[in-house]
Amino acid sequence: RFVGSLGTIIIKCKDLRIIQLDIPGMEECLNIASSIEALSTLDSVTLMYPFFYRPMFEIIEDGWRSFLPDQEFELLSSVTDEWRLSCINKEFSVCASYPPVVIVPKSIDDEALRKVAMFRHGSRFPVLSYYHKKNGMVMMRSSQPLTGTNGRRCKEDEKLINATLRPGKRGYIIDTRSLNVAQQARAKGGGFEQEAHYPQWRRIHKCIERFNILQESLIKLVEACNDQSHNMDRWLSKLEASNWLTHIKEILTAACLAAQCIDREGASVLVHGTEGTDSTLQVTSLAQIILDPRCRTIRGFESLVVREWLQAGHPFQQRCAQSAYSNSKQKWEAPVFLLFLDCVWQILRQFPCSFEFNEQFLIMLFEHAYASQFGTFLGNNENERSKLKLPQKTMSLWSWVNRSEELSKFQNPLYEANSLVIWPSVAPQSLQLWEGVFLRWNRPSKFLDEAHEEMINIIKYNKELQAKVNALRRQLAEMETDDRMQENL
Amino acid sequence: IFFLQVENVRLLDRLSSRKAALGTLYLTATHVIFVENGSETRKETWVLHSQISSIEKQATTATGCPLLIRCKNFQVIQLVIPQERDCHDIYISLIRLARPVKYEELYCFSFNPKLDKEEREQGWKLVDLNEEYNRMGIPNNYWQISDVNRDYGVCDSYPREVYVPKSATAHIIVGSSKFRSRRRFPALSYYCKDNNASICRSSQPLSGFSARCLEDEQMLQAIRKANPGSDFIYVVDTRPKLNAMANRAAGKGYENEDNYSNIKFQFIGIENIHVMRNSLQKMLEVCELKSPSMSDFLWGLENSGWLKHIKAIMDAGIFIAKAVAEEGVSVLVHCSDGWDRTAQVCSVASLLLDPYYRTMKGFMVLIEKDWVSFGHKFNHRYGNLDGDPKEISPVIDQFIECVWQLMEQFPCAFEFNERFLIHIQHHIYSCQFGNFLCNSQKERRELKIQERTYSLWAHLWKNRADYLNPLYRSDHSQTQGTLHPQMAPCNFLYKFWSGMYNRFEKGLHPRQSITDYLMAVKEETQQLEEELEVLRERLANLQKSQLYDNEVKSKQQDRSKQLGPSTSNNSLANTPQEYSSDLKSFPSRSPSQGDEEDSALILTQDNLKSSDPDLSANSDQESGVEDLSCRSPSGGGCLPSEDSGKDSDEAVFLAV
Repeated sequence: RFVGSLGTIIIKCKDLRIIQLDIPGMEECLNIASSIEALSTLDSVTLMYPFFYRPMFEIIEDGWRSFLPDQEFELLSSVTDEWRLSCINKEFSVCASYPPVVIVPKSIDDEALRKVAMFRHGSRFPVLSYYHKKNGMVMMRSSQPLTGTNGRRCKEDEKLINATLRPGKRGYIIDTRSLNVAQQARAKGGGFEQEAHYPQWRRIHKCIERFNILQESLIKLVEACNDQSHNMDRWLSKLEASNWLTHIKEILTAACLAAQCIDREGASVLVHGTEGTDSTLQVTSLAQIILDPRCRTIRGFESLVVREWLQAGHPFQQRCAQSAYSNSKQKWEAPVFLLFLDCVWQILRQFPCSFEFNEQFLIMLFEHAYASQFGTFLGNNENERSKLKLPQKTMSLWSWVNRSEELSKFQNPLYEANSLVIWPSVAPQSLQLWEGVFLRWNRPSKFLDEAHEEMINIIKYNKELQAKVNALRRQLAEMETDDRMQENL
Repeated sequence: IFFLQVENVRLLDRLSSRKAALGTLYLTATHVIFVENGSETRKETWVLHSQISSIEKQATTATGCPLLIRCKNFQVIQLVIPQERDCHDIYISLIRLARPVKYEELYCFSFNPKLDKEEREQGWKLVDLNEEYNRMGIPNNYWQISDVNRDYGVCDSYPREVYVPKSATAHIIVGSSKFRSRRRFPALSYYCKDNNASICRSSQPLSGFSARCLEDEQMLQAIRKANPGSDFIYVVDTRPKLNAMANRAAGKGYENEDNYSNIKFQFIGIENIHVMRNSLQKMLEVCELKSPSMSDFLWGLENSGWLKHIKAIMDAGIFIAKAVAEEGVSVLVHCSDGWDRTAQVCSVASLLLDPYYRTMKGFMVLIEKDWVSFGHKFNHRYGNLDGDPKEISPVIDQFIECVWQLMEQFPCAFEFNERFLIHIQHHIYSCQFGNFLCNSQKERRELKIQERTYSLWAHLWKNRADYLNPLYRSDHSQTQGTLHPQMAPCNFLYKFWSGMYNRFEKGLHPRQSITDYLMAVKEETQQLEEELEVLRERLANLQKSQLYDNEVKSKQQDRSKQLGPSTSNNSLANTPQEYSSDLKSFPSRSPSQGDEEDSALILTQDNLKSSDPDLSANSDQESGVEDLSCRSPSGGGCLPSEDSGKDSDEAVFLAV
């Protein structure tokens, strides 16, 4: 973030930019440095920029109300009646990190939910994440079951997740920890679903790293990207040592597996790790991008971020605090959301015509998750957001993004609605470093920008011609009809 | 017709061992052909014998005898042959067929594209080097064509027509040639009209520890004088310094700055052909790994050193281009014999300097100039005839990759696309065309190549629509002047080129091609332009005479039928991979939606999409298209795909 020395201030930003200011006068320099230091490490959320920001644009649509759970449920109930909206968490009384309303199987009443909540880490009982319209299979997410060392069980929990199975069918539980880690968790009261108690479910362990391992990976990667030496070997070994792409591969693989279970195996899936607020959400949200064409639109992706990250209680404030240049170790800091965006970019790169949004859209979300004039990513869950009265006191990012002036910047000119499931390749040859984020400030982007502009022009010209041709055709057709009518007369 | 025919052979899929195709293997005089059984399409795999780089017979298993064929275009074919004896026969035959001993055995002498004599001659005339030197502005006051090598008498690996400084007399040239390895004296490769700076090339001087040659010194002097704007020239030795010094002991070496007036000597360390061969070998081993981890892959890539070598070649090219364009200083480039690294570096520099070489035609000219005419030993390097395996090295492959890396950095600068490069690489090894036969112009003349074979350039030119870069515009700023690439990895990444080295593993590549998509759009645009013209005319006529007929309409419909090309690769590319080994032990059952194929079939923006309903209701055809294109993201999620291209992939993920 900054290092002050001899009239020079180096500001290291959360978006990975490094700015160097040369300031005449030692005293001024120190003053500026300490001011920046103080202002960039505010203790209280309510002193942050979103609480003072006044929009300079006309608000057409209040982003705080753009993605309400009721709308989502309405969509769902148009295709199935097996689910219901439960207001059990209205005052955040059952689960602090869940939103007030959640979607659960119709056959499970609130009383049973309460019991299940006691059996799950942080009370995060299994809720619906995604309904696959094509075959009616579902993806649920939760936290780990609290089986402990003596193999506690909870009948209601078993009943809840079994309620999602079709008669005679089995489902998959994707545990985002290695078997080893899951077993160790039992000592701390956690654990995993025992086969004996969940005979209709098959458990698959897919190891996705968490917390400081991810943060260290990010720090190493950014360091490598800022290395100005011309040495190719050093670059590759640093890239390898950062393990960033390994994490990308692991996360994508787990997501593809979940999608495969649902679409190809025709099975329902439950995803969880330990808390169910990090790797779980990476998997469930990426699986939806693979399966659901709606999530590949701008609006649909926003809705996905709201549902699967904000409402699902990913602790943004803890995870996205200081970014890669932090000099103090932050216990809860981890680039979980950035990894998710990177994975989306990898899929976008492999299917460049299937997404309505472009790379810039993902970069914008990365920036706003770490620092923003909008209140959207403040707080760690809906509970905190409602206590801070964010919808009343701050602007929503979506209010700003979803105006046509802004949207045009984020639109992918190559987009063609693709209603199919898209299966990305997770082979190392297919995964690349996200230069748009990590080399953004080092690399001259002029030539790539020009290429992008060229693409837009090609497609724009094509569309203009189409419009002209259609107008002429219509005109011709009208004249012909007129003629015919005259003839008939 | 067939030498051999074996039935019930299995062709294994490299990525998934459980995916295998059963079929019949044929061996002909020129190809290995595998034809799949059963399927109506009769999927065929053809491999030219000249593409085969190695054949490996592996230990017999219960299911049969495995045979591994590696190709020079990076295809890897794994066959399992039921009978040990058949396998042995195939193995022995292929070893013989893949290593011809006479040029006449090569495919180009039997390949017949059904062109008449005149067309063939025209084809060979497509690239004319004299024309190219004229384009550079030569001959002029400083440079002239020399006939000293008319009968290949001075240097048998040089072309007959060589361009040299005007002040270099035949005496100087011959004298200089005697002081250079394989008599490859300094000759012009590229001349920059704007500032008279030039790139010349030669082999190393036979200087040993102290030898001198007056004529050679005069030759370099002459090169310097041919550029009046500068009082010195760079002499670039593209070898690592150690290698060059070691050569002195053998009576070879490099120029001593004290003996030559006004030269600046510079080493640029590019490794020799043996290092490069091993490096490629190591990288291909990484490409062949079955489900490698990210670390395996990156570590292997680094360990191969391949990208480091690519960067070294680029850096050398960048150095020379800078000297010529920015400093206006002429450069003499050499390595040991001046036909490998020198060719790479001169052609990269030319490509950076002159936009012409970034066009399709210009690129053909560049390869013809710096590689073919100056005696790059295609036969030895690419093993066309059976020879010393130590002579084989991916020299031109590296140049082609440099071009690709530049295309990644300057997406609008090249008229051609990636496919163009891949096809050129393919044909350098295929021996289907005569361009790259033999080791020198002299040998090709003796074989009468132009009378007996066809030219690749004419073939590529005929199909040039396939090789166009849609982002290229001749009036775009990126297509003008010199390119200035970034050099540090943090400014520009040298990337692994999976499109080349994993060329045949379609599953690894992006499933939708931006290039193809944009080409389809551009093609449609062109059709729209034409249609607009027709419509305008009709409208004018109609307004005038109030006459009408249905001709226009039927024309429109014909067009719309042609439109709507698919932007994606075949459906095979879009099935899930093996994301978990755990899945296979799960009881098998048929998926509820088993008949659907999730091919990423996408219709491009059809020009009927936005047409008003009245119009489309007029014709069945139009409404049919309307149906397909309205699969909107919000409502279309559960629409079944209409594509019936269901293939056998399904089984893989469900099989126990």
